[in-house]
Amino acid sequence: MSSMSAAGQPGGIEGKLNRANAFFDLPVRLRSRLLLVAAALLLIPTFLFPLYNMTLYSNQFPDGLNLYIYSYSLEGGHPPGRDDLREINTLNHYIGMRPLLESDFSEFKWLPLIVGLFFILTLRAAVVGKMSNLVDVAVMFLYFGLFSLWSFYHRLSQYGHNLDPTAAVKIPPFSPPLFGEKQLANFTVYSYPGAASFLLVGFFLLVAVAVWLSRKRAVAR
Amino acid sequence: MQKKSQWKIWVGGSLLAALTLALMFGGCARKPKRLAQQGGDVTEAAVATYVAPGDMDEYYLFYSGGHSGNVYVAGVPSMRHITTIPVFTPYPGVGYGFDKASKEMLSGYTWGDAHHTALSETNGDYDGRWLFINDNANNRVARIDLRDFKTKQILGPIPNVSGNHGSSFVTPNTEYVLVGSRFSIPLPRHTYAPIEQYATVYKGVVGAVAIDPKTGQMSVAWEILMPPFDYDLGDAGKGASNGWAFWTCYNSERATGKLEVTSTQKDRDYIAAVNWKNAETAVKSGKFKMLDGVKVIDPKDAPGVVYLMPCSKSPHGVDVSPDGKYIIGSGKLQSITTAFNIEKIQNAIQTKNFTGDEDGIPVLKYEAIKDAEVNVGLGPLHTQFDDQGFAYTSLFVESAVAKWKLGTWEVVDKIPVAYNIGHLTAAEGDTMHPKGKYLVALNKLSHGRHLSVGPSQPESSQLINISGDKMKLIYDAFTEPEPHYAQMILASKLKPIEVYAKEDNKDPNAIWDVKDAKVERSGNNVKIKMTAVRSSFEPNKVEVNQGDHVTIYLTNIEQTTDELHGFGLGDYNINVVIDPGETKIIDFVADKPGVFPYYCTNFCSALHQEMQGYLLVKPKGGASASLGKAGGGNAGGSR
Repeated sequence: MSSMSAAGQPGGIEGKLNRANAFFDLPVRLRSRLLLVAAALLLIPTFLFPLYNMTLYSNQFPDGLNLYIYSYSLEGGHPPGRDDLREINTLNHYIGMRPLLESDFSEFKWLPLIVGLFFILTLRAAVVGKMSNLVDVAVMFLYFGLFSLWSFYHRLSQYGHNLDPTAAVKIPPFSPPLFGEKQLANFTVYSYPGAASFLLVGFFLLVAVAVWLSRKRAVAR
Repeated sequence: MQKKSQWKIWVGGSLLAALTLALMFGGCARKPKRLAQQGGDVTEAAVATYVAPGDMDEYYLFYSGGHSGNVYVAGVPSMRHITTIPVFTPYPGVGYGFDKASKEMLSGYTWGDAHHTALSETNGDYDGRWLFINDNANNRVARIDLRDFKTKQILGPIPNVSGNHGSSFVTPNTEYVLVGSRFSIPLPRHTYAPIEQYATVYKGVVGAVAIDPKTGQMSVAWEILMPPFDYDLGDAGKGASNGWAFWTCYNSERATGKLEVTSTQKDRDYIAAVNWKNAETAVKSGKFKMLDGVKVIDPKDAPGVVYLMPCSKSPHGVDVSPDGKYIIGSGKLQSITTAFNIEKIQNAIQTKNFTGDEDGIPVLKYEAIKDAEVNVGLGPLHTQFDDQGFAYTSLFVESAVAKWKLGTWEVVDKIPVAYNIGHLTAAEGDTMHPKGKYLVALNKLSHGRHLSVGPSQPESSQLINISGDKMKLIYDAFTEPEPHYAQMILASKLKPIEVYAKEDNKDPNAIWDVKDAKVERSGNNVKIKMTAVRSSFEPNKVEVNQGDHVTIYLTNIEQTTDELHGFGLGDYNINVVIDPGETKIIDFVADKPGVFPYYCTNFCSALHQEMQGYLLVKPKGGASASLGKAGGGNAGGSR
């Protein structure tokens, strides 16, 4: 690298861009390629676990009503003798909240598609072996993650804000908690990212480490 | 063991005296002794029976409800009544007998006499699948499914059986439920014959109801024509006596009139021993006649099917020991209980050690088949067993339970009960593997043991700790009329569901979304698909014409434990309760014009009161007829 930096040292903005270009043109080293394959594989089990868990505790439900948001579906807990999603919807109708319907969430259509896309892009970066591909994956993924989070949160807030004015019980509009605990009427609601979210974070970290490990050109022996 | 002369003195003397005392002074007020005064440790008893809030009992206790027609469910050791399962009687509390299915099952009867619970068995032990119960009054047998604690089938009236008391005991693998006649009649039912022909023309039967091993579906298998005795209680053989069924009988005198006197003249009556495997063979080889649609075996045509075992006077209970070796018969008018030995019975049959016959049924020689006469006390009725080889016999006249050892036949302990015990039940105490620990005395009289509730008094059920050498009274509970038998099963053997899952609801008229609710008319038939969910019925308005045949398919679309809804329709005598996920059919003719509110009767939610609707019945002749009426009323009331 020393010879290269010695060759082009114009300085200023152009110099910085040139250095960036040089960085984007870097070949991805073997250990980074292996990490990328691992990261891609990490995306597969995200379909097995929820992205988000919500639990609603009350005196009547000491074990909590559970709501699981997967990348492709909305599931309620099914302890013996109960259907939590149905129960949450039944209870919510008193405050005029629309029933939580899977068909209301467009996320469930595009989210799995995009996870699949990242699987392909990550493997592509591993094969093509150019730093630019790797940075694309990392940046787009960061955007995708934050957008999805906002999208889900916005969706749930919509439920809490568009309450039927004719509802039997009138409460001020609300947003569910994104992280942690919130008291809603007689329910204490806990909301935390699920295992699939941690897998996605893990994916991002692996890609970041892959970038880090290939930040310098391998020294030829 | 007592010599004959000795127990005769017992009978003549002390039994008479005690009987007199029990019957004459039994009803008089006596000051009940408190547990401490009775020598019991109050603290120990409290700790042994206390089930803290939120904790569960160790055993289920299923009591028969006698002429209430129900089955009661309690927990042991708390003895808390948990629920009532209606069987032979309409029970608005759970809407039983008001919807189409349960109405059809009751087929017009409004009561039954539920006597003997019989938990289904596999290899002689409770398997927790079904509970069978007999109706002594109308000759029926019912099956309760322990998956949801609901009555699923009522079989009967069973042809030829008259007064089905010797029922509903099950064979070790629930092949059969036993049935038997307590009140012999001319057969088939609805035949007339003067009472003077009782001894010759009247007949009893004992028989078996076959149980489908998968579904539990009951069907009459076969019956045996018996002499006109009064067949009382039964038990199926197990282990060493598997393949046998036993029924006690009183009135082997074949007497009529005042049976209290006429049927108590002989020193001994009988236990009928039926080899049900031989009965099966007899039926297979065609040795039966059809009588009122049932295969009936005449013992004269099928030797080897039934024998008579002499048993002390007017026996009541017959109970088979856990290993099946001993058959315990208790003569309720004597002070002994007799232990018969199944090997000796089989030997006597092989060597034809008979002393005579009754209508062609061989009578076995008493001395040849008994192992012991156990001097348990006065008025022995029923026997249960524990896991240590002890037997527990209830003593009605003496108001006590005697504990005695199988094999050595010695009475080791006795405990007084309050008062006049009938049946008793020990933990899984009639199976091949009794659990010991607890015994419940089902007493006929409770007077003075509870806050006074006037002349009509409940029964008393006392919990006795039988884990030690000495029996200890630890709890008094009171039960509605009238437990005849009860069974105690380990709670862990039952895994009831609490919600009918949507996907298991096969009713073609079930709907799951309030949007699908609708009213359809075809001619005079109005079909309504209705939902019930917190806190509304959909539709909440149903308009019909007077005389329309209305059918409501009502689905509770909840899927949460304990979210029941009721559907009460005043003036039409309807109250149906639907459990979560259940569909019930409400069927009636709208013969009364006017406006009738329907509402949720089973409290469901904060807006339960608002869960209501109107049935509007337009009078015949159009709305003007009712307007005319109303107008007339207004005119009269106008100022």
